[in-house]
Amino acid sequence: MSRRLSTDVRHDDVLSAAVAFHDVARRFGSVQALDGIDLEVKPGEFFGLLGPNGAGKTTLISILAGLVRADRGSVRVMGHDVVDDYREARRLIGVVPQELVFDPFFTVRETLRFQAGYFGVRRPEAWIDEILAHLDLTSKADANMRSLSGGMKRRVLVGQALVHKPPVIVLDEPTAGVDVELRQSLWAFIRRLNREGHTVILTTHYLEEAEALCERIAMLKAGRVVALDTKHNLLSRFSGITVRLSAQRLPQPWYGRVLRQEEGLFVLGLERHAELETLLADLRAEAIAIEDLALAETDLEQVFLRIMHGTAA
Amino acid sequence: MSRRFNHSGWLTLLKKELLRFWKVSFQTIAAPVLTSLLYLLIFSHVLASHVAVYDGRVGYTAFLVPGLVMMSVLQNAFANSSSSLIQSKITGNLIFVLLPPLSPLEMFAAYVAGAMVRGLVVGAGVFAVTLWFAPSIVAMPHPLWALTFALAGSAILGTLGLIAGIWADKFDQLAAFQNFVVVPLTFLSGVFYSIHSLPPFWQAASHFNPFFYMIDGFRYGFFGVSDASPWLSLAVVAAFALGLTAAALALLARGWKLRG
Repeated sequence: MSRRLSTDVRHDDVLSAAVAFHDVARRFGSVQALDGIDLEVKPGEFFGLLGPNGAGKTTLISILAGLVRADRGSVRVMGHDVVDDYREARRLIGVVPQELVFDPFFTVRETLRFQAGYFGVRRPEAWIDEILAHLDLTSKADANMRSLSGGMKRRVLVGQALVHKPPVIVLDEPTAGVDVELRQSLWAFIRRLNREGHTVILTTHYLEEAEALCERIAMLKAGRVVALDTKHNLLSRFSGITVRLSAQRLPQPWYGRVLRQEEGLFVLGLERHAELETLLADLRAEAIAIEDLALAETDLEQVFLRIMHGTAA
Repeated sequence: MSRRFNHSGWLTLLKKELLRFWKVSFQTIAAPVLTSLLYLLIFSHVLASHVAVYDGRVGYTAFLVPGLVMMSVLQNAFANSSSSLIQSKITGNLIFVLLPPLSPLEMFAAYVAGAMVRGLVVGAGVFAVTLWFAPSIVAMPHPLWALTFALAGSAILGTLGLIAGIWADKFDQLAAFQNFVVVPLTFLSGVFYSIHSLPPFWQAASHFNPFFYMIDGFRYGFFGVSDASPWLSLAVVAAFALGLTAAALALLARGWKLRG
């Protein structure tokens, strides 16, 4: 894993956006999956696309990949429209789909060879060997796809997305169902590609992954962008504290500050430390016993919950 | 490559289609050859002394061979493109063909060419194993006619399979298309009989079956005799091929049932 990957990407100086979504909308029956998405991903950026289930993340990525058509709006990959100039746009992106799909007729190497051929890659063998080595799949190169574990199949999907050396890599929930060790090695590989200039767009349910990897983040809710900023700005914008309080109930006015509630546990977002004293006083006043209490600095999960619950400052 | 034909792309997809059926060749090649051989043994044994075709100028077993060859070509060409598409749709791996820069024409060319190869390979296999029962048919008076109809027939059924594969959402629908459309049209096209042996109504009805022209034209190449003029058959087959090609390309361009 020590060799350097040979996919270094050079960006055109005048190119302002690797991917640009403009007023993208899409409706499925009565559901407005996307409702006027406007956002740009800069060249070389590690960009996170977050949102709850049904927020429209996969639909947006499917439109970018040409798998779904938008009702209105446009999407460009490095200046190329994904509909009018689809050949060039598709050549410039590599997509790792969310579903664990594979063709049961073929081996790992055949799968990668076919994908390279579809994109017009000539003499792909050396690059395929390199991909296999970096994804720890060399020993499985001639194994049938059916015989691979879920994690290995996931790695082949990553390999398929990279086989034509695209400058933009789109990862749709790439670590769903993947064990911790593999997740770490996968991220090390993707980070390396990003350092070498690849633009990476990531959707994930693991917010700690997005916090660790992404420089800029867009949050989607019901088909709209509800937050778009650098990770630093998002975290500092919600620079309060989070209180994890174990108690039977809360004083009524504090329920509006609850970010998450599990059995006997309330996670509250406070904007200032001074509010903690008020909270404790209210609990004493109503004789509510505190079974446990912990404070934490705001992390991306708290920011996400505040935005999704509409308690943004 | 932005506007040019993606030669590498369509050739790779064609290669994948060929390798797909080759890897299960017992099922895709050997089995249909055996089925046709059984048809020949049973029908020729039972009917050879009862059926006279082309006023007795051609023996029934010899008459049967080109029909069975063409029926194998047609059914296997249809099976190849339709099963490939429906399997890819249901397992989700069609995404690997939809993500690359392949145009509708390139996808069409690859799926149909793959279907043609399978149909023709099975047809050649059936011809080889049935030849022993009717060696006289090697002396073909018009081999180019036979080749033309074999190519056109396999292309038409490959295209029809592509359309059926795009349309079907589950294997059940595809099986219905095959069992209620392709098989009846093939069996009622004169594979096992000359339409001149039918009552006038069914003779007339046969002329509305495009499969009849494919098989009749193919058979003309073997015997120099046919129920319809080979030129008429060629015109009908060409019109049918053009219509289906236009429909398949339009569906692929729209992304109907393929792209959301």
